[in-house]
Amino acid sequence: MKLKFPAIVAAATMLAAPAMADLIVPNMSYRTGPYAANGIPYADGFADYFTLLNERDGGIGGQKVQVPECETAYNTEKGVECYEALKSQNPLVLNPLSTGITYQLIPKIGVDGITLYTPGYGRTSAKDGSVFEWVFNAPANYWDGASVAVKHILDQEGGDLTGSKIALVYHNSAYGKEPIRTLQELSKKHGFELSELPVDAPGQEQKSQWLQIRRDKPDYVIMYAWGVMNQVAIQEAVNIRFPMDKFIGIWWSGSENDVKPAGAGAEGYKALTFHGVGQEYPLYDDLKQYVYDAGKAAGAGDQTGTVLYSRGAYAALVIAEAIAKAQELAGTAEINAAQMRDGFEALDITAERMVELGLPDFGAPIQLSCENHGGDGLGRIQQWDAAAGQWNLITDFIEPDAEILDPLIKEDSQAYASEAGLTPRCN
Amino acid sequence: MLYREAGDFKTSYRDDSQTFPIKLERWGYYAVVALAFAVVPFVINDYWASAVLVPFLIYAIAAIGLNILTGYAGQVSLGTGGFMAVGAYSVYKLMTAFPDVSLLIHVVLAGIITAIVGVLFGLPSLRIKGFYLAVATLAAQFFLVWLFNKVPWFYNYSASGQITAPTRTFMGEAISGPAASAPAKYLVCLSFAFLVAWMARNLTRGSIGRKWMAIRDMDIAAEIIGVNPLRAKLSAFAVSSFFIGMAGALLFAVYLGAAEVGEAFGINKSFLVLFMIIIGGLGSIFGSFAGAAFLVLLPVLLKNLLVGNLGWPTDLAAHIELMIVGALIVTFLIVEPHGLARLWSLTKEKLRLWPFPH
Repeated sequence: MKLKFPAIVAAATMLAAPAMADLIVPNMSYRTGPYAANGIPYADGFADYFTLLNERDGGIGGQKVQVPECETAYNTEKGVECYEALKSQNPLVLNPLSTGITYQLIPKIGVDGITLYTPGYGRTSAKDGSVFEWVFNAPANYWDGASVAVKHILDQEGGDLTGSKIALVYHNSAYGKEPIRTLQELSKKHGFELSELPVDAPGQEQKSQWLQIRRDKPDYVIMYAWGVMNQVAIQEAVNIRFPMDKFIGIWWSGSENDVKPAGAGAEGYKALTFHGVGQEYPLYDDLKQYVYDAGKAAGAGDQTGTVLYSRGAYAALVIAEAIAKAQELAGTAEINAAQMRDGFEALDITAERMVELGLPDFGAPIQLSCENHGGDGLGRIQQWDAAAGQWNLITDFIEPDAEILDPLIKEDSQAYASEAGLTPRCN
Repeated sequence: MLYREAGDFKTSYRDDSQTFPIKLERWGYYAVVALAFAVVPFVINDYWASAVLVPFLIYAIAAIGLNILTGYAGQVSLGTGGFMAVGAYSVYKLMTAFPDVSLLIHVVLAGIITAIVGVLFGLPSLRIKGFYLAVATLAAQFFLVWLFNKVPWFYNYSASGQITAPTRTFMGEAISGPAASAPAKYLVCLSFAFLVAWMARNLTRGSIGRKWMAIRDMDIAAEIIGVNPLRAKLSAFAVSSFFIGMAGALLFAVYLGAAEVGEAFGINKSFLVLFMIIIGGLGSIFGSFAGAAFLVLLPVLLKNLLVGNLGWPTDLAAHIELMIVGALIVTFLIVEPHGLARLWSLTKEKLRLWPFPH
């Protein structure tokens, strides 16, 4: 066993290594475990967008994109294994879709020189590019989400929240705890009372939290959940007859998989999003022609157009644009990981560019710089229509409260810099 | 023919009762140790260290710890994950509070802190046994995880409740944090695993180990012949938690680098280590290593085989991998209920007689 094992694994890794000339953008996915319902559509969207680029345009700048997949099961130990396995293939950028794995990778990627792109998740203060050189979290982060949700509530309540109560139901992990500090600051500013209700992973058991909500009768519930916790929470909210239009989930708590199990009861549930929904975009014509009809769709091919599928495709789109930018800056199509980072830093996706890409008004413009790795943090609200079985966008893009967020981000990134002994760049 | 006692003359009691009485086996052991310490560090790469050998060695330490408690002293524990969390959070607090002290000392101190916590949670074992004790240790598991989630002091008030291991060096070489090289991480874990195995082997052969086994086999009889159950049980909890705490400290500081208590040290971890000793063999040091190897290496091997070699989709491979590992566990336990260690010793028995079995 001792002697045979190394030989087999060595052979395995050698055979798995792709040709060196291609652009390697790994897909760290999870299609198994308690988070699979959310992991599958995202992974499919991510892979399909690159398949489209390869089939329609012959890759990016003439270079094919390879998307090797690695199963993490949303587990940090498997995440480490995936990272080490992928590292040897010289990836350009990683998108682990797990805040826990992101926290683990942030110190490592700095040393190994690999870009980490964490759209809408990960460490919020990574927005401060002067400290987090290799991490990008545009277009929006958890704190933006919390602020946009509170802004929407303010809008609903006529601009005054004094004396009202907001409950935060959150996944008791790094991900769920992220917005607490922001919401505490916002509660001071707007005078609402915040109650925090943690739910332990994976979140199948949350009766007591919802009984507490029934007793306390908060005016609004904000939720940061993921995986099976979403479905259970929405069902529990229906069970206690909580008004669904006062129940707002973060963008990770707003996919079809989360609301459908609750049936008609989920009517009116709101969730944040940082991109458009549905299949009413010209991009889908191309996807249909080059990917679905050609039988090249990832996974089972049944996730098309869902919220998380769109989000996976959007993440791939931003990465593809950053690769194109990097190729332009470097003057070569065969970019390396360091040039990839420069491409991200110079990224500028305008509204016109989104129209060209076949996704008009899908996402807000993204413009990054050395200091700003997180974009503008715009988010919008979508609402579930149970009868039609679809999400409808009910607001335009809402800007987060920079007055509250910027000092918090500065504080957290400075704390990281002093802990890790980093000197801020960008001067 | 080669593996035999004949011709290997023992002229002292010391020689006669050594751990590896047969020459071939003894040389095999020296060869493995020499290979592990002197050859592997020069050929190891990041993947082999971070994905295969470091987790294997750390889980072997945890399995030895639990084996002392469950396999040798007969006290069933489901609190392994919680005790590993104590080790991890202790080492984190120590690392950040005393950055100038060596991490190696902190790991040992974290083990001692865990030993104290372990003794506290071992107190119920004086009154309750078997499944009831398992439930009491389960309470420790949930309480400790809850505590580290609830009290921000333990994670230095970080926004997300994550703890991140800063870089620490030993003789100028980084052994924790992102800059730690593969050989450094491997050698730290290997040294701890070697020392722990050596200590455990000698403890279990001496008077303490005999007391533990007496308590395990029949506690009333043990008490009558003069074994103090209080001391025997609590010392088993202390030594076991000491090892498990060091495993938790290494898991966080050297292997993962960042951890979050619910995810890294949940109830799943307790079960994983318990399965390791059941599959490896209760009451066996070799079994602890074999069990850890089985449950850590086999999934990685299968993954590389199915996804890397055969090119299967990752989700299918992940599901099949669970099924294969599950089926193998069942098969092994049916073929040999006493675990891989028993299988190994049966093989050795047969080898001694080979090629003339009668």
